[in-house]
Amino acid sequence: MIKGMWWKIAGLVLILYSIIAGLTIDVPALPVIHQTIRNLFYHVSMWFAMFVMLGTSLVFSIKYLSGFKLKDDLMASGAVYTGIFFGTLGLLTGMIWAKFTWGDFWTNDPQLNGAAVSMMAYLAYAILRGSIDEAAMRARISAVYNIFAFMLLVIFLGVLPRLADSSLHPGKGGNSSTMEGLDPTMRLVFYPAALGWILVAFWLLQIHKRKRALIQGVNLNK
Amino acid sequence: MKEITELIRKDFLLELRQRYAINGILLYVFSTIFVVQLCFGRVIDDKTWVALFWIILLFAAFNAVSKSFIQENSSRRLYYYMIASPVSVILSKMVYNAFLMVLLGSLSLLLYTVFMGFPAFDMRLFIPAFLLGSIGIAAALTMVSAIASRSGNNAALMAILGFPVVLPLLLILVKASQTALNGPVDDLKILSMLASVLLIDTVVLILAVILFPYLWRD
Repeated sequence: MIKGMWWKIAGLVLILYSIIAGLTIDVPALPVIHQTIRNLFYHVSMWFAMFVMLGTSLVFSIKYLSGFKLKDDLMASGAVYTGIFFGTLGLLTGMIWAKFTWGDFWTNDPQLNGAAVSMMAYLAYAILRGSIDEAAMRARISAVYNIFAFMLLVIFLGVLPRLADSSLHPGKGGNSSTMEGLDPTMRLVFYPAALGWILVAFWLLQIHKRKRALIQGVNLNK
Repeated sequence: MKEITELIRKDFLLELRQRYAINGILLYVFSTIFVVQLCFGRVIDDKTWVALFWIILLFAAFNAVSKSFIQENSSRRLYYYMIASPVSVILSKMVYNAFLMVLLGSLSLLLYTVFMGFPAFDMRLFIPAFLLGSIGIAAALTMVSAIASRSGNNAALMAILGFPVVLPLLLILVKASQTALNGPVDDLKILSMLASVLLIDTVVLILAVILFPYLWRD
């Protein structure tokens, strides 16, 4: 029982710690963002969890295309759905943050637009899966699209914002990177928060996969 | 190689015999440009010119390329599957669609110039970006049309799947065209912009060649 559970408990403890510590530690007093800098612990961790989920999904899509085992497809699609969930949370927390620092829920920032379009690509993936009835065919075709979608994610969130002339995000458009300028005490909360959300993302993925396996009658041990 | 040229020849023959496809798209482009002229009047500022031009070209591309796999019914697909390798099928379709896109794009550019005028671009950036961009959009949409053709409702799915895939290319092209507007551009800037278009073209091409065989088998 405890043997398979430790990482789930660790994830929960880390998140609980990051919520309490994130609200109570001293943060550097900076102009414009002031206390909203605490949102870094919650907003950026969402994107970390999303990236890890979508990366997992890419790995399992490639694995499916090289072995055609349906359980790999369950992992790939489950990871995409979990990734969409965290991406949506990332957008929402980001919008709240934007409202209080930049004055608007949405700004014409390359990072925001990139995130929105990548989310659209993954929603298209979900629609593509819904439109094909036969399980093996659905798995194969959505795996192919998933690889394209990950390429888009890398272009939109990794390449284009860095090439842009200006951006409100750190590390993009000529701004200095977040990680270099991050306060040491904030790191003590931020890294555990990111790790905790990633662990919980894997937990969600596991539940999703088991549920789909039961519904579709896929043998996970094969 | 012979296989690819034969398949391209087949696509051209089909197009020349049916004719309605290319004529239909040309009429579509003409109507759109005409509507633009009616709505905006003949004088628009250069930034709007660029934006409208690429939007018109994008929708023309969707119309032109989306039929490339959808028109092949399942028994004909089985026939191709037996006589040709999947890599030559996708490459031939991409070459054919790229050719079609460059042709369509040039004709649209001509029509658009007639109706809306032509801003003073730096041609050393605009023309290569236009050609590489047309080819890239054609290649990306060919792959998307292959994906969409294997699922149920094609027309809607083509738009949903295709839009995010061509968007990075489109953004870079709009940006390159707008840069070309601001007088002579220095060579380094031209090279870096064309290189990023070429990079996306290459990535799409490589992914398509690797992944298409998985779409092709039943």
